Amino acid sequence: MSSAMFNLILQATLDTLYMVAISGVISTLIGLPLGVMLYATRPRQILAMPVLNQVLGIITNIGRSIPFIILMVAIIPFTRMLVGTSIGINAASVPLTIAAIPFVARLIEGALNEISPGLIESAQSMGATPWQIICKVLIPEARGGIITGLTITLVTLVSYSAMAGAVGGGGLGDLGIRYGYNRFNPTIMLITVIILVVMVQGFQSLGDYLVRKSDRK
Amino acid sequence: MIELSNVSKTYGSGKNAVFALKEVNLTIPKGTIHGVIGLSGAGKSTLIRCVNLLERPTSGSVTVDGQEMTLLKRSELNQARHRIGMIFQHFNLLTTRTVFDNVALPLELMGQKRGAIKERVLPLLEMVGLADKAQQYPAQLSGGQKQRVAIARALASKPNVLLCDEATSALDPQTTGSILELLRSINQQLGITILLITHEMEVVKSICHRVSLISDGKLVEDAEVGDFFTAPITQLGREFLNDFLQLSPPKELIERLSDAPGEHTHPVVRLTFSGDAVSTPLISRLARECSVDVSILQAKVESIQDRTLGLMIAELLGTPAQTQEAMAYLEAHQLQVEVLGHVQRNV
Repeated sequence: MSSAMFNLILQATLDTLYMVAISGVISTLIGLPLGVMLYATRPRQILAMPVLNQVLGIITNIGRSIPFIILMVAIIPFTRMLVGTSIGINAASVPLTIAAIPFVARLIEGALNEISPGLIESAQSMGATPWQIICKVLIPEARGGIITGLTITLVTLVSYSAMAGAVGGGGLGDLGIRYGYNRFNPTIMLITVIILVVMVQGFQSLGDYLVRKSDRK
Repeated sequence: MIELSNVSKTYGSGKNAVFALKEVNLTIPKGTIHGVIGLSGAGKSTLIRCVNLLERPTSGSVTVDGQEMTLLKRSELNQARHRIGMIFQHFNLLTTRTVFDNVALPLELMGQKRGAIKERVLPLLEMVGLADKAQQYPAQLSGGQKQRVAIARALASKPNVLLCDEATSALDPQTTGSILELLRSINQQLGITILLITHEMEVVKSICHRVSLISDGKLVEDAEVGDFFTAPITQLGREFLNDFLQLSPPKELIERLSDAPGEHTHPVVRLTFSGDAVSTPLISRLARECSVDVSILQAKVESIQDRTLGLMIAELLGTPAQTQEAMAYLEAHQLQVEVLGHVQRNV
């Protein structure tokens, strides 16, 4: 393999990691509070607001139901407004983030569902405010499930980012399509796939390790 | 001091309304241990949750230490809850916190400093006998140890009142005994008022001063523990007592019992002795003075706190006039006589 090819692959790998990192971090920052709200505003929950809960649920479901490939092209004007262009890794990070937010929110909500209602009740009996319950009970107790959810999100983002490559997003998907598929270079295609597999394995192993470390049960 | 007056709780409305509590009145003096006993679904849980407003009563008033709980604002209610500890059947410890940090939680919620928290938590762990487990996680503890941590946690904010929600129902009998002992010593040493709900007579018998019987959302009986165990007023109270004493006639006898006396039948009676009657040789006197024979089918003596309670199921053998006289004789000597039925004598 030529060094030019090597640099190309290295750059594509870094681009993928960049997109996954940016969209992973931003979608967690927005999806985590959204997931907590989806849980806490349910009827009879600590911040019961049934109407808001319905609205948030509908918005989240809409976000979850649009296929990524369609979302990507549908929000091009928004992406252009935000980063000034619709191609490249920064542009690809926008739809990745938008797609991941409701995904993260539902996974966080699911992790919170696993908490025994008795824990919330006992915190209430100690005079905890809803905010204290969220920070000191819900999030710490659900941390194993939250890490699991974020791991799933990262893995999903890796595969979505490859899809973003198809529309000029950059990264390994882009490399695989342009060099592997369009220029009939099976070696590049294979290397691309292997790197993606290793990346996903890495994220999963890291996630599993963190879950094990946080588990006190 | 806890006072509930005319507390009712209804879930739902209109046709679907479910009445969990109906006009409950209950006064628990400072420093006493009060038990509420009832079958599952009777409203015990709702009742105890109305004290710290985990459940808000639909109507009525709840006063704890002179403070009307139902009128408090949210922040005031949280303040008031710092003075009401609560422990639960399933302990409800945070799995991700160590024993120390679990006990520290209520103090963190009150905004106390790390140093002050440490000064409070360590003696509490000492008191519940778990000082050496401070850095362990709940999953490493036995059920009894978990409940001890929960007790230490409930006491951390120096409450005047402790609510126990089936606190021993998930524990084996031996552990139950040690947890009850701990609750008793907390009551005696710290003067904390304890309200506990349970379905176990054993719990009531070992630590309660007074007991209320709840049925279908209503308090149907409220008595000193000694009185409740010697002379329950309601049918349900008697059932609880009989279950507890495990004293009921043998099955084959029950099958032979008939309600009405016949020509050659003898009454089978349940006799309950308490007070002086326990130490008086009444049965032999009965045989002499009323010329009936007494065939004892089952008998048991229980000590309930400072009282002694004797129970006996016996068949009275004699003519109808003699057995009538015998029962009158027993009643005259402060025994409770309950005719369970009449049995044909196999001669």
